[in-house]
Amino acid sequence: MADTGSHGSRLLVVDDNKVNRLLLTRSLELQGHRVATAENGRIALDMLRKEPFDLVLLDMEMPEMDGFQVLEQIFDDRALRGLPVIVTSSLEGVESVVRCIELGAEDYLPKPVNPVLLKARISASLEKKRLQDQLKEMVRRFATPEVAQDLQTSGFALGGKRVYASVMFSDIRGFTPLVESQPPEETIDLLNTYYTLMFDAISSHGGVVNQMIGDGLMAIFGAPLPLPDHEACTVRAALEMIELVNMFNAERAAAGKPEIRIGIGVASGEMVAGYAGTSKRATYTCIGDTVNLAARLETHTKVAGRAILIDGATRNKLPERVGIEPLGLVEIKGKSAPVDVYSVNLGQGI
Amino acid sequence: MTDATIDRPTFEALQQTAGAEFVGELVDTFLAEAPLMLQDLRSALAAGDADRFRRAAHSLKSNSNTFGALTLGALAKNLELTGIAPAAAANGATLDALDAEYSRVASALMELSRG
Repeated sequence: MADTGSHGSRLLVVDDNKVNRLLLTRSLELQGHRVATAENGRIALDMLRKEPFDLVLLDMEMPEMDGFQVLEQIFDDRALRGLPVIVTSSLEGVESVVRCIELGAEDYLPKPVNPVLLKARISASLEKKRLQDQLKEMVRRFATPEVAQDLQTSGFALGGKRVYASVMFSDIRGFTPLVESQPPEETIDLLNTYYTLMFDAISSHGGVVNQMIGDGLMAIFGAPLPLPDHEACTVRAALEMIELVNMFNAERAAAGKPEIRIGIGVASGEMVAGYAGTSKRATYTCIGDTVNLAARLETHTKVAGRAILIDGATRNKLPERVGIEPLGLVEIKGKSAPVDVYSVNLGQGI
Repeated sequence: MTDATIDRPTFEALQQTAGAEFVGELVDTFLAEAPLMLQDLRSALAAGDADRFRRAAHSLKSNSNTFGALTLGALAKNLELTGIAPAAAANGATLDALDAEYSRVASALMELSRG
């Protein structure tokens, strides 16, 4: 009966007792669900981490790892936290039931389980999970996965914290004349392709695009989630962005369209990261000197005639310095002293 | 006799929701597993293993109630709650009573699921 239902949900029955496992499985299969079983908590967690389930029916009294420990581990595991767990047990004492609920169990059904009640509780839990999944999907679509994850684990609060990260600004050169020379539909089309390419390059190296303004974008590497070697990741993302733009240009040239050029500025250091805005509408962003510097370096690419400019803090953390060319001290608007600027030259990798 | 050992409405409701044939298989499983639980109770008691004793009593209680073996379930529940703390002689007597009740349950269940 298992794995044949095209509809119905996938449930995991965890019980050390064979009679209970058989009976619960039977009841659930009669309700049209697909059921897998585990005979103790340890096996159950292994299965939950390997394959997706929609709901768990959990016994409490089990050898090796009991239901309380399973509930704790599910709650501590980011990937499993939203999974509804219905405790089915014949535990004695109301305090055990309270403990299950406090540990995050969705519901408690005493054994022997009443089939009608079981059906109602399962439908309610699955429906709730569907709504939560929908909400998560919405957040995922309108925020980055990292921000969505951060929202899910720490909740939403305005205000920032200090982080050490890398920031990237990127911009299309000569975009305004390009816009004026072509119909608006073509510009939107161009931007969509351009953003898709840039997002791919940035997220594949662990970065988060947090702002898009016209043809420009800002990306953060190392916040809200920490990212090891965020300096090198940012530079690798920048190189990939240039490469993708070059491939995109080859296509455009073939179609008789003008090429686009981008400039990228990168800086690393301490910054304040967090949600800024109002309690109704806010974005995840970073502010501080490092962010300003990255924006200025991006502007400076035009003056320097280079595609990618990085600051000293970024350059010092790169595993290899091949392809990194010092441009010397440069006066940067907003900085009292001149800043060491480096160009990342293409085609050499880092 | 059967009525006192197995609560008929509970057993019939089980047959109705899970199917008589399936309940027959479930009874066979119980008759295979329950003697192991009874054994487990005695060896856990001898070894002074309170956790294992409680778990075995808990399982037996849970399964007994599923089939409507309410007397057996109540005896097992009593063991689950008191644990191995009472004097060995008292526990021994309770386990003997449990064994005797289980024999009645086993034959009643066999009769019911065949019928």
